[in-house]
Amino acid sequence: MSKMKRRAPLFWLLLAFTLAVCAFLIVPVAMSMLAGVTQNYFTGWRGGLTLDWVIKVWTDYRHTVFLSIKIALACLVCTLLLGVPAAYVLARRSNAFTRAIEELLVMPVAIPGLATALALIVTFGGFGDLRRSWLFILIGHVLFTLPFMVRSVLAVLASIDLRTLEEGARSLGASFTQRFFGIVLPNCRSGIVAGSLMVVTLSLGEFNMTLLLHTPLTPTLPVGLADAYASLRIEVGSAYTLIFFVIIIPLLVALQWASRPRDPGAAK
Amino acid sequence: MSGIPIRLEACSKTFDDGTRALHPVDLSIAAGETIVLLGPSGCGKTTTLRIIAGLESPDAGGRVLFGTDDVTAVPIEKRNVGMVFQSYALFPNMTVAGNIEYGLKVRGMAAADRAARVREMLAMMRIEPLAQRRIDQLSGGQRQRVALARAIAPRPRVLLLDEPLTALDAKLREDLRGEIDRLLRSLAITSVYVTHDQAEAMALGDRIAVMSHGRIAQIGSPQDIYFAPADAFVADFIGTMNRVRGAAADGRLRFAGGWLPLPAGAVAGVAAAAATAPACLTDVMFRPEDLHLVDAAAAQFAGTVLSSFFLGDHTRLTLDAGGEAPLVARVQQRRRFDGGDTVHCAVDPQAVLALRPAAT
Repeated sequence: MSKMKRRAPLFWLLLAFTLAVCAFLIVPVAMSMLAGVTQNYFTGWRGGLTLDWVIKVWTDYRHTVFLSIKIALACLVCTLLLGVPAAYVLARRSNAFTRAIEELLVMPVAIPGLATALALIVTFGGFGDLRRSWLFILIGHVLFTLPFMVRSVLAVLASIDLRTLEEGARSLGASFTQRFFGIVLPNCRSGIVAGSLMVVTLSLGEFNMTLLLHTPLTPTLPVGLADAYASLRIEVGSAYTLIFFVIIIPLLVALQWASRPRDPGAAK
Repeated sequence: MSGIPIRLEACSKTFDDGTRALHPVDLSIAAGETIVLLGPSGCGKTTTLRIIAGLESPDAGGRVLFGTDDVTAVPIEKRNVGMVFQSYALFPNMTVAGNIEYGLKVRGMAAADRAARVREMLAMMRIEPLAQRRIDQLSGGQRQRVALARAIAPRPRVLLLDEPLTALDAKLREDLRGEIDRLLRSLAITSVYVTHDQAEAMALGDRIAVMSHGRIAQIGSPQDIYFAPADAFVADFIGTMNRVRGAAADGRLRFAGGWLPLPAGAVAGVAAAAATAPACLTDVMFRPEDLHLVDAAAAQFAGTVLSSFFLGDHTRLTLDAGGEAPLVARVQQRRRFDGGDTVHCAVDPQAVLALRPAAT
């Protein structure tokens, strides 16, 4: 008891600091979500709450929500098909070349989204009807999110003795296909799950690149959000944010859950 | 389960970076025999094992034969070998039973037969209660039992063990060594066992191949290797050897502390050499347990005790007998030795070895 008392002042100080930081992060989010359900933003919640704005946004902008989900899922399929085999090859063949590839994979993350988008427009803009298609946005998103999938899977593959596991499987008579689907994929499951959620959330929220890549016929959720903020009442924009949160927060929670260490103690 | 003979013909291995891991090696392993590849790290023992397994292919010209099949170009998946790894290589995504079943599953065995074989393996390795455990819930010794069961389950033609006990602590290592010995005897499967631990090699091997610098320095029964080492490297690597340098004359080797009898075979050669070069210097070796303490009258040489360790069943003495290096003796006398005591020593003539220097 005396020990707790001696530690108390520092403890309360740290708690206050932590709560202050949390408030700094959470209050704007809460304010924004609250603004989306007020009758009138300037009178605040005392003026009464309403779902009218949310319904209005849903009516006017739900196609952007559906398009974003479609792009995010397509993006996930592409990054799984490209990223998981790529990570496997990078993990199995560690040499100067594969290390260079690994470094290069950060490029789409490091380069401003606008620059990447411009490069895509310059390169593929005149390519048939692609410029007007949602597939054009998908290309940008795959480019941007692929490194996250590769790195996430690679991190898990690097932590297991993949070579010996495969040698064990080979000695038991397993062909490459049997090994890849029976041993490699199940053992990097946590990396694939974490990478998938990362890809989906990044794709849903991507704005920089999409601002240039989209056309009036293909606005995604964040583009629609910017449009709502810019041209309509703040309550509409905030209601839009509320819808975005409803979609993204369960994903973020799932991301945390999937990437948690499974058996802390068993990593011998 | 019965084994098949294995033959390596002129198998050498040069890695991509140009290092020669293995000079051309010929090795014949009889059906059902357990052969131990023993040597320090980098001696080529693991490379030899991996060539037999099919995880490495020998340089051009080398051949690997299983019985009469030339399997040189056959990948490990098709060689039907069982392999046990130092790091276990168990699949973390499967239970113990799942691991044991894996080799049967990829071979397409029917589910009922698989279940029966898995039960048989669990019973054989005495790990039935662990069947549904995950791998990360097992101790090192349990993991290696599972690894053995998994390797044996598909009835391989050959069992290959790559330092299977190295990752375990001393007590466990001894227990599991006994278990592996029992297993290899009862299965009568052709097996190749790689280790750097000479006690393991002596306990398990029908024959031991001592390897050094990518070559087989000597191959023979544990007794051959211990009592008649082919060269100084083998003698030094297996057990402890005392080495004495002196001048050979009249069937004796004279050195600062006294003399040692020369082995019968060596006498003729040394005598011939002595005729031309009277002060011919020769190295001889003998084991610590072959040094006996005797009365002063019967002594060949005298030594001063530098240190003594009483170990219960014997006392380990370090003696200064005037040679370059101190001598080690393992004596049974029921007495106390103190530093500075003078002891009188004799070595049986047949225990003295005159060896050619180690090949490099």
